[in-house]
Amino acid sequence: MKPIFSHTEGMITDPMHYCPGCTHGIIHRLVGETLIELGIRERAVGVSPVGCSVFTYKYFTCDMFQASHGRAPAVATGAKRCRPELIVFCYQGDGDLAAIGTSEIIHAANRGEKITCIFVNNAIYGMTGGQMAPTTVPGQRTSTTPGGRNVDEDGFPLKMSEILAQLQTPGYIARVSMHSPEEIIRAKRVIRKAFEYQVNNTCFSFVEFLSTCPTNWGLSPVDSLNWIKNSMLPYYPLGEHKVPEQKEEGTQ
Amino acid sequence: MAKILMKGNEAIGEAAIKAGCLYFFGYPITPQNELPEYLSKRLPQVGGRYIQTESEVATSNMIFGAAGVGVRVMTSSSSPGISLMSEGLSYLAGADLPVVIVNMMRAGPGLAGILPAQSDYAHATRGTAHGDFQLLVLAPSSVQEAVDLTMLCFELAEKYRMPVMLLGDGMIGQMMEPVEFPPMEVGPPMNADDWALTGCKGRAPRLVSSLFLDPVELNAKNHERFEKYKVVAQNETRFELYNCDEPYDILITAFGVMSRVCKSAITELKKQGVRVGLFRPITVKPYPSEALSSAILKARRVLDVEMNMGQMLVDVQLAANGQREVDFMGKCGGLTPSIEDVVEAVYASLAKAEAAV
Repeated sequence: MKPIFSHTEGMITDPMHYCPGCTHGIIHRLVGETLIELGIRERAVGVSPVGCSVFTYKYFTCDMFQASHGRAPAVATGAKRCRPELIVFCYQGDGDLAAIGTSEIIHAANRGEKITCIFVNNAIYGMTGGQMAPTTVPGQRTSTTPGGRNVDEDGFPLKMSEILAQLQTPGYIARVSMHSPEEIIRAKRVIRKAFEYQVNNTCFSFVEFLSTCPTNWGLSPVDSLNWIKNSMLPYYPLGEHKVPEQKEEGTQ
Repeated sequence: MAKILMKGNEAIGEAAIKAGCLYFFGYPITPQNELPEYLSKRLPQVGGRYIQTESEVATSNMIFGAAGVGVRVMTSSSSPGISLMSEGLSYLAGADLPVVIVNMMRAGPGLAGILPAQSDYAHATRGTAHGDFQLLVLAPSSVQEAVDLTMLCFELAEKYRMPVMLLGDGMIGQMMEPVEFPPMEVGPPMNADDWALTGCKGRAPRLVSSLFLDPVELNAKNHERFEKYKVVAQNETRFELYNCDEPYDILITAFGVMSRVCKSAITELKKQGVRVGLFRPITVKPYPSEALSSAILKARRVLDVEMNMGQMLVDVQLAANGQREVDFMGKCGGLTPSIEDVVEAVYASLAKAEAAV
């Protein structure tokens, strides 16, 4: 019988630590598959963050760094600049990337570092117990916004893809979602494209994944998928927010 | 090779290149700017890379990434910038990464002043950042010594897989002196073969991390690291004794540029018949305590002179171990004790020694 689905060699087969219904695992899987499909696992170096995905280094079957909170793009910059032959990627959550690490991601993107950043946006701090994140949507209840996010005091959530897309430096910036199989298949194509831009030494690449946090949202896994669709999508439009300009044929 | 006249900051940059360092990450801050400026020009000429960072916080993490992939890397900064790198230094130490950090100290605390000082001795030798770890810290007193120690810093960082700091009082970076670069055989970084992240082709994937959630494992890891520090202390402690061959009544302790003012004061005092020796630690971490203890026992009293409020004083007192009294004289804020200041302080110490008889 022909197998139509199996583990990817880009990841180990141990169970992951993520909560039931969390879509981090699927995002890991898409990255792991891409490492294998593009044949880059053996020259890949990943950078894991601080937050729920701190243990990312346990799951990928490539060399890994564990970085300090928010600084993964700086660590990746150091690695990539010194060994350009490596394929370097960061995996960060929204507290890590959009709060404490805002400076590092913006400047890595602006320098046009040839790295790939995976940004998991679930609108909340997961690991620490559900506090307001820079991406928490207006009105959303968290453990530190019991009355819902008040934009008069907390400001509006940061749209990192849009912020990075307006930089003049060429880059590939896209937002995808984990709320349906159709969107997951689309996300796979996007993450593969992001890595291809690095393989071809074209530009900085960044993929924002809208992801669930059933535990801290206080919702069932199914309701969490619907919450992405109904509460996050209106604020965080999907799609490619920036693509590098096509070079004309015959030019270098 | 003939001696050439160079500014300290630039000479340190050239010494790094001579030691085989091809990667520099840094953020501008006075009084060390000539070092990154020099390397931004020189590194591309020798096939290296210079990267100007967005902050010292980013810098410390970029050198984490660079050292983690097994290349020889350096950064430089000055006091407030080093404060910002502190977290990164803890992570570098926790992941056993060899890096060289130059601190051209300026006056503190806060934004304070841009003039030379020795304001970060305590930070470099004790309170660098969170957690149990040490840096290896070398303090040059001349541009030539800054060159020699810079080259040594890379060797030590790789030999012991730990962050090494060159601690210069801003004057070292700013003054010009004749220097020569000793020939050095440079190979690829030492000790990087079995841990550096170079892609897992033909081997198991590796991890560079300071995270150890298992308390038993972390306890063992920290004990192992402190055993290493003991070996470093045993093998790498360096110091200078000046005018100590003949009997002396007062022993001056000073490090860095301050020691040179003290040497001039000692020459002056000699003319006046006052017998003074000088002990200068070259490694301020690990501190040459045993050698200092021996030198102290030959003196009647000790005078510690620093360009701060007495940060090394506690190390001198520990070495004195209650056997001798230790006086302190210091100026800070960008002021340097003058020869006259030191002479006056020596006479004051002598008077106290006489009064105690």
